Amino acid sequence: MKQRLVVNWTTCVGHGMCAELLPELIRLDEWGYPIVAPGAIPPSLESHVKRAIEACPTLALLVQKAD
Amino acid sequence: MRSTDLRPAARIPDAGELPRLLPNAPLPHYPDHVAHFGARPAGSQALLTEVERSGLRGHGGAGFPTATKMRAVASQRRRGYVVVNATEGEPMSSKDRALCTVAPHLVLDGAALAAEILHALEVVVCVDRAASATIRNLRRAIDEREACGADRVRVRLELAPDRYVSGEESALVRWINGGEAKPTFVPPRPFERGVARRPTLVQNAETLAHVALIARHGARWFRGLGTEAEPGSALVTIAGSVAAPGVFEIPLGLPLPRMMAAAGGSLDETQAVLVGGYFGTWLSVAQARRLTLDAASLRTAGAAFGCGVIVALPETSCGLAESADVAQWLANENAGQCGPCVNGLPAIAAAMSALVAGDRDGHAEQRLRGWLELVKGRGACKHPDGAARFVASSLDAFSTEIELHRLHGRCGRMSAPRVLATPAPGPWR
Repeated sequence: MKQRLVVNWTTCVGHGMCAELLPELIRLDEWGYPIVAPGAIPPSLESHVKRAIEACPTLALLVQKAD
Repeated sequence: MRSTDLRPAARIPDAGELPRLLPNAPLPHYPDHVAHFGARPAGSQALLTEVERSGLRGHGGAGFPTATKMRAVASQRRRGYVVVNATEGEPMSSKDRALCTVAPHLVLDGAALAAEILHALEVVVCVDRAASATIRNLRRAIDEREACGADRVRVRLELAPDRYVSGEESALVRWINGGEAKPTFVPPRPFERGVARRPTLVQNAETLAHVALIARHGARWFRGLGTEAEPGSALVTIAGSVAAPGVFEIPLGLPLPRMMAAAGGSLDETQAVLVGGYFGTWLSVAQARRLTLDAASLRTAGAAFGCGVIVALPETSCGLAESADVAQWLANENAGQCGPCVNGLPAIAAAMSALVAGDRDGHAEQRLRGWLELVKGRGACKHPDGAARFVASSLDAFSTEIELHRLHGRCGRMSAPRVLATPAPGPWR
């Protein structure tokens, strides 16, 4: 099943851990909030995605089924 | 414009059998309502099929197919709630308040029918707490129906906070559940988990009134007006450079110039037309001349019907200054929850002010365009997307105005009284 990265914007406070751990898919805007690459998560990055999700201090990063 | 000013829709010439929703005189009492519209049939699965065949879409702004939304709630295991959304936070819209004032029982009929289709536990009617006349009418109507046993389902009235995003369905549900009227991160959506954590149908007041008429006359009748893809009639609120501003009922697909004429205006004396409210789009007069009032036509100009707000900007107004004020208002209306919106919208508003003051080196406009792209899709609700659409369209519609301000740091029209209302923010609870 294809998955994509989703940010829960109401809990994200811009720690920026995700961009540090997953620069392949996430960069930060000028205020420090994540800009997520669109599309499905490439299988090669799945372990990195898992690590980034677990490292988010506010649990604001998650995966959802890709449309 | 917060009036419930009503113009009989019959004044739109050759527009078919109208009005449907709006009676020519208010019908506050149930017996008069029944005499005018006929008795309400019962809600059933057959009605749901009929709503599906009718092609009815939501009239709150998003235009989602009503039957699909009902089926999503019906497919849940547990019984739930029906929420009537008459909050109407759009400053230039007054159609839901107008409808709830002149035909409150039609809205309540639709709510009761939806509740019967879904075997709902209760109907919660939410109305903007500042709309005192509408509240009075709805309360009297609800009491009257209870006294005569018109509905089996219990109906309760709730006075909701008057904020722009508080009418968004997850925000409304959150508020009904005791929280702030701010959008929540979805999923779960209200159809899965809403009021009291149960499946909840949130439907705009006008949409439910259409359901009440479909129950009486059927899908084929409903399709007798409008276009094949977007059947039926719609309420619009028109303001600006028209002699008779107010609420009209139109057939979907009505040419915009005819709408203007019906309200006593003309595109010849108009600078630009805002369609769809503050999440909407500014159209040039050239665009407005060729467009009809339905999603398919408006889409060709990047616009949407939204909640049916139309504002004709007079020649005497400065569209840039008007838009900058609205951009600031939209920034103030962010719910303070999502970083990109909290930071991006004030930045966008400040850049718009810079354009008004004269963007000498073009730097402000360049950064503004970057932010407009940046905020899209990055919030719990569509507030940043809607605000960005509005501002982006103002850059296109008023490019000449922007040049004028660049050269002179002002224009002769910016001191004109504002056409677009920017009411003071209310509480979140």
